[in-house]
Amino acid sequence: MKKYPYLPHTEEDIKEMLKAIGVESIDDLFVDVPKTISPEKLNLPESMDELTVRKIVEGLAKKNKFLNEMKVFLGAGIYYRYIPAVVYHMASKPNFVTAYTPYQAEVSQGTLQALFEYQTMICELTGMEVTNASMYDGASALAEAMLMAVRISKKPKVLLSEAIHPEYKKTVETYVKPQGIEVEYFAYDKETGQVDIEDLKKKLDDKVGGVAVAYPNFFGIVEDLKAIKELLPEKVPFVVAADPIALAILEPPAKFGADIVVGEGQALGNFPELGGPGFGFFSTNMKHVRTMPGRLIGKTKDVDGKTGYVMILQTREQHIRRSKATSNICSNHAHSAVMAAIYMSTMGKEGLVEVAERSAKAAHYLAKRLEEKGFSLAFKGPFLFEFVFNAGQDYEEKWHKLAERGILGPLPLSRFYADMKDKALAATTELTTKEDIEALLEAIA
Amino acid sequence: MTIFEKSVKGRKAYSLPEFDIPDVEIDIPEHLKRKEKANLPEVYEVEVVRHYTELEKKNFSVDVGFYPLGSCTMKYNPKINEDMSALFRWLHPYQPEETIQGALELMYDLKEKLLEITGTDDMTLIPSAGAHGELTGMLIIRTYHLDRGDTKRDKVIVPDSAHGTNPASAAMAGFKVIELKSSDEGLVDLEELEKHLDDTVAAIMLTNPNTLGYFERDIEKIAKMAHDVGALLYYDGANLNAIMGKARPGDMGFDVVHLNLHKTFSTPHGMGGPGSGPIGVKEHLKDFLPVPVVRKDGDKYYLDYDLPKSIGMVRAFYGNFGVLVKAYTYILTMGKDGLTKASELAVLNANYLKALLREVYSAAYDEDGKRPCMHEFVLDGSKLLKETGVKTLDVAKRLLDLGFHAPTVYFPLIVPEALMIEPTETESKETLEAFAAAMKQIVKEAHENPQILKEAPKNTPVRRLDEATASRKPVVRWQKQ
Amino acid sequence: MKKYTKSHEWVEVIEGNKAKIGISDHAQEELGDVVFVELPEIGSELKKGEAFSTVESVKAAEDIYAPVSGKVTAVNEELNDHPELINEDAEGKGWICEVELSDLSELDDLMTEEEYKKFIEG
Repeated sequence: MKKYPYLPHTEEDIKEMLKAIGVESIDDLFVDVPKTISPEKLNLPESMDELTVRKIVEGLAKKNKFLNEMKVFLGAGIYYRYIPAVVYHMASKPNFVTAYTPYQAEVSQGTLQALFEYQTMICELTGMEVTNASMYDGASALAEAMLMAVRISKKPKVLLSEAIHPEYKKTVETYVKPQGIEVEYFAYDKETGQVDIEDLKKKLDDKVGGVAVAYPNFFGIVEDLKAIKELLPEKVPFVVAADPIALAILEPPAKFGADIVVGEGQALGNFPELGGPGFGFFSTNMKHVRTMPGRLIGKTKDVDGKTGYVMILQTREQHIRRSKATSNICSNHAHSAVMAAIYMSTMGKEGLVEVAERSAKAAHYLAKRLEEKGFSLAFKGPFLFEFVFNAGQDYEEKWHKLAERGILGPLPLSRFYADMKDKALAATTELTTKEDIEALLEAIA
Repeated sequence: MTIFEKSVKGRKAYSLPEFDIPDVEIDIPEHLKRKEKANLPEVYEVEVVRHYTELEKKNFSVDVGFYPLGSCTMKYNPKINEDMSALFRWLHPYQPEETIQGALELMYDLKEKLLEITGTDDMTLIPSAGAHGELTGMLIIRTYHLDRGDTKRDKVIVPDSAHGTNPASAAMAGFKVIELKSSDEGLVDLEELEKHLDDTVAAIMLTNPNTLGYFERDIEKIAKMAHDVGALLYYDGANLNAIMGKARPGDMGFDVVHLNLHKTFSTPHGMGGPGSGPIGVKEHLKDFLPVPVVRKDGDKYYLDYDLPKSIGMVRAFYGNFGVLVKAYTYILTMGKDGLTKASELAVLNANYLKALLREVYSAAYDEDGKRPCMHEFVLDGSKLLKETGVKTLDVAKRLLDLGFHAPTVYFPLIVPEALMIEPTETESKETLEAFAAAMKQIVKEAHENPQILKEAPKNTPVRRLDEATASRKPVVRWQKQ
Repeated sequence: MKKYTKSHEWVEVIEGNKAKIGISDHAQEELGDVVFVELPEIGSELKKGEAFSTVESVKAAEDIYAPVSGKVTAVNEELNDHPELINEDAEGKGWICEVELSDLSELDDLMTEEEYKKFIEG
């Protein structure tokens, strides 16, 4: 009998087990199953030894160019940031990796406390009172936020800023439309890149049950949350999709009266991994906590009076409320959230600010140097570490050539906007050096 | 103690290189500048290591021991998977396609292999978890009917034994949910089903084997009944681990097939995720998949966004790629023979454990104790409760004391005091015997000294927690006293 | 005198056509530790047999059905801070709301305490 490293059964074991069960063969246990296939007929390779598998997967890995071998100016929702070794070493601990949802709280205190601390850290960044234990990603978190906004307001339409990440907008549409919720967009000001206040005003009718903006927006521009919030009727939930690193130096959305704050958390110590897994963070205030989707961890005491943590307000969730639950979410991105908590512990109060400031300084220096080389910025609004510039009609072609030279250039916006063929979205981080910037300038000049 | 309480002003756990970029002014309006720094902990690196090591020690996990959580397939997570996934960490989703050909090829090949395993024609790898896949699948079904001008299908039929995510996902996709009562064998009751089937039904969602661990042997009949009234059949893949290499959902008549890579294909559960929930579909549903779909043109791999009838996007980017690499590695390792063997041994293990427990516990819908189950089974704890006053909850807590993770408890809802046990194929005969011995000891204690069970657990980092107060007066973040 | 429903609510006329509504002691026992009660709005109309409130425990959420039709004149605000009152005194301090009955004859279909006792034992 062929042996597999993850399967313990010897022939003797199987014989004894079948005897105890009272059947002749394993096949007898499959009596109810129609045999639609057999291993012989399956068009799959035979099992392989570990070394062979390693060689195959390493072979595939070699067919990529990796961020850490290139000069990177690509952002748009996923960022190439420094992850200290301690972060992934701690996150790879087997009891974090191979545990599941903390259904048995007594033997899951590590998970529960780590998530409780994660919730606290995100509350610190967003300024909100409560944060759930994570969503899949920023886009689905925003979609769930719009559904929640409608649960609160009971109105049939949501308004989104045009300047939200295009893939987030599409995700929101996919999620809300089947529930009969209409999606409308308000424009951004072509000069500043910020929300067009007049257009928003015009579109705020009495059917609107939620308004969302990004902070900073997809073009890197920092929206004036104060001016936007002032326009909104009191009962219309204000949703902000924020970048967590930007929140280290931007006034938290809570200060401007946000009702729900969401975002993609990858930049907090998670690897880019081709876009996933990162995680979505989701914050709100206690008065709305019962309409919030996702798992939530709370602090309590055990029978001996010892502090401990448990999942709370579970009656919101699908395993209890079924079709009436606030969301269908079950598995979330707990491990990615804990990795973010480890990152935030490592970077701390000063480190996150330093990361944000360095990233912003690099972007502003790059912008200045581009202007010196004859390029112009597309928008005049305030930005941090991402901005759009006019890169020339042939930029997309050039972008592919840059990659050949080891430069992952600013994202050609032709990817998302037909009328932005000449525009590119540049991103910098604390990893960007002066040398990188000069290399980019030389290559695109 | 929390990390916040270990914080000491002035400590740092990170270091960054000298900053060589000339100072340029960052012009942000005053009122948008943060006035007070986020109160994150200030610790040094050793503290980070000690803190998270201390937390990690308080968790039970598959690497620690037997974790027979029913319907969650807590099989061993091979270490090579983690190493292979790490090779692909530094990839950006918007890199030019020519610089990510290896990653795209891996996704394409994984898709091909999963299509073969499930008997479907095309697939999205984007959904990030089982429930996310369910929503995606239900949206595909909804869009398919609407595209045909079939606008009155507003209902989805879900058995009363289904996971809560099924009705929740159907509701999120805009459907009304009809709950189907199970037959006295714990299966889909064909007569009941017939009553609900008409031209307003969009789909039937089934788990097969179902959550009781029994295979719906009438599946081909059910598929015909559904298709005859124009409804589609949706496969919840939570229990695929029972039938790999034996039967394919696509061959049984399922139109939409969902997979949990974090269950069947050995990717780790990570305290609750990230997982991955690909959705395979039959030919007639291909056009409705979410974008992008990974495709191949000659020897080039690319992401296809050009699906005019697509349901749209269900999240940003391409899914949990890091998880996909782990599942791919697993499938290569196991091969067709190994995957089939995994299912056979998962079923063997479940039946063996069920047999070992026969004398102390009866399984649901199994009067003589001889009914074969698939990869899991559900014990009925009502007799023990009646005889001794010991609840399933007490049994679960006592198991923690004895060094095991508890099974899934109080689910499925149709079995009183349920204990749902899924041993998986990666557990040895000795482990199953040790678990059975623990269960027997517990039943004995229930009769002789139930107080031990009521007071359990005692050997865990904390004991039973006050969940009521935690939900009545929620404390959801740390705050300085 | 209290009257009971098969879905385990009670109603008690306090004077004229005013009555208090709550869930039975048996119901609270089945539910376990109550952690939240969703109170109806004052002024809202209840219709006999329709859900008007939800009582949640740690692991369950149960709809509460109106035993009679009528207009809500008061709700038990205490329950917002002390949902445990339902566990401590379901048929007293744990009342949920007060209504003005629109049809007193609706009471006739309900069970007396004795009948209810038999019903839950049966």
